Amino acid sequence: MSKQQTIRKTSDEKVFDFIVYAIAAIIIIIVLYPLLFIVSASFSDPSKVLNGEVWLLPKGVTLEAYKSILHDDKIWIGYRNTILYTVVGTVINILMTILAAYPLSRPDLPGRNAVMVLITLTMFFGGGLIPTYLLIKDLGMVNTMWALIVPGAIATYNLIVMRTYFQSSIPWELQEAAHIDGCSNWRLLISIILPLSKPILAVMVLFYAVGHWNSFFPALIYLRDEALHPLQLVLREILMISQSVAFDGGGVGLEDQILLAESIKFAVIIVSTLPVLIMYPFVQRHFVKGVMIGSIKG
Amino acid sequence: MKSAQEGAAALSPIQQKRGSGLFKKIAKRYDLYLMLLLPIAWYLIFHYGPLYGLQIAFKNFNPAKGIFGSPWEGFTHFERFFDSYYFWRLLWNTVSINLFSLLIAFPIPIMLALLVNEIRNKAFSKWLQNITYIPHFISVVVIVGILNVFLSPTGPINMLIEAFGGTSVRFLESAGWFKTIFISSNIWQNMGWQSIIYIAALSGVNPQLYEAAKMDGASRLRRIWHVSLPGIAPVIVILLILDIGHFMNVGFEKILLMQNNLNLESSDVISTFVYTTGILKGEYSYTAAIGLFNSVINLFLLLMVNRFARKTSETSLW
Repeated sequence: MSKQQTIRKTSDEKVFDFIVYAIAAIIIIIVLYPLLFIVSASFSDPSKVLNGEVWLLPKGVTLEAYKSILHDDKIWIGYRNTILYTVVGTVINILMTILAAYPLSRPDLPGRNAVMVLITLTMFFGGGLIPTYLLIKDLGMVNTMWALIVPGAIATYNLIVMRTYFQSSIPWELQEAAHIDGCSNWRLLISIILPLSKPILAVMVLFYAVGHWNSFFPALIYLRDEALHPLQLVLREILMISQSVAFDGGGVGLEDQILLAESIKFAVIIVSTLPVLIMYPFVQRHFVKGVMIGSIKG
Repeated sequence: MKSAQEGAAALSPIQQKRGSGLFKKIAKRYDLYLMLLLPIAWYLIFHYGPLYGLQIAFKNFNPAKGIFGSPWEGFTHFERFFDSYYFWRLLWNTVSINLFSLLIAFPIPIMLALLVNEIRNKAFSKWLQNITYIPHFISVVVIVGILNVFLSPTGPINMLIEAFGGTSVRFLESAGWFKTIFISSNIWQNMGWQSIIYIAALSGVNPQLYEAAKMDGASRLRRIWHVSLPGIAPVIVILLILDIGHFMNVGFEKILLMQNNLNLESSDVISTFVYTTGILKGEYSYTAAIGLFNSVINLFLLLMVNRFARKTSETSLW
């Protein structure tokens, strides 16, 4: 290889690296900019936001928006409801998913494949919205928290991920040895399998909890009573319907009202998303692991 | 002692023959079936129950008479739907939104993963990954809220347009912009998360292949094309099939939140129509029929694509 060629090659490499890093930088900016803008706008004087003076950093720092959120009962009720639904829902999700995933992970279970087929089919075909709605209605769950929790008690994808984990990460010999020592299946599950499955349990708790925290559609169709509304429904009202509410408000200080309504939008986005984002740096490793386990086809 | 036999039975075929077959096997594992009892009951009620209820698509559902007691109607609901003036609009919007998503949004996580794979600085690559995952955890309601703020006449995008001498665009109230906004915000939200699987697959590609390609004088771009891409092709095929398996339902909640009277022309899809006409207006039988039509097309697409993939690339779901 001549000297000239080597030089050309390394400079090619450099150009390539430069392009790679440049694209990566652009992607980071595109992803982060909207998020940073929302944070800055929530702390800024709303009239400055509306005039387009806020680009990146807050202008005319004020906490007005956050103060008015503090006094908004609806948001607090929404927060309380969401926490309740998330905790109860996730507990039920985890219990049900374990109860299904463990027996189905056992290679010595007669009829296992038939049950798996029964379960997997539901991923590709279902009754659809209306028959499901009528069923929930017939079961008397409309306007109760159970309509948000019971119909989604198991996410089939998560079930398959957990089953794959049980099968691939816990040696079958260990379970056989426990059997020989006279250990029942329940005890095996509780004192051997579950303690060995902490990583996947963490992932499942996170998947389910984020799902409950962010869900709005079941609440929209099943909950009539405003006192039961979760945070996301309250948010929807503030973010998408509040403009007309502000106009209806009428009377004195109409302009201020509109301005405040605008900045409240930024603040509620922050307040509602914060718990998930605070948690994020601590758990993202687990999330990624969960996706990876899922990608090993079960 | 019972379980001791069971352990041995699994090991030795001779003992298995002696133990009296399937019934004994089942009896010994009754507690496993006990665990499965609740989940199976749940699947039967909440997944197969609606399938039973689907018969109202062929009936004239009357809440007083119930699902079973309502009179049969045959295919009149389907005929009414196919003959309606909005049928083609709904079908076109549903198909086009998903088709454009597939064409534009599907390849992006693959490209992102290839990009991440080319970054030599591990710390920077971790940063890039972690930052691009963040939007995945933001709720649909907040995403649409952010879109409303960003694209409003006083939002940053319109400010930018005006700064360059353009006139502000009413993005959210325009049918022409709806699909672009929907798909690009989906990309913004999901590209990072969806790239995880590809990144994992790329890390499994044999490094010797890269070395060999390098020896042969392949440039980095050529190595991406001839080593990286073929290395993750099976994963791409599987994810493509899964995506097509949800072809007709993607993004329903977000579309519903973004929908308004002014963009209805291009935002009205089958699933949102089922919601507004079925749940809000109470036309249960009619919309159950439309939902069934949607599911059947979906299933058909999945079967076709899976078959096609099995024939051409030897990778398929089953």
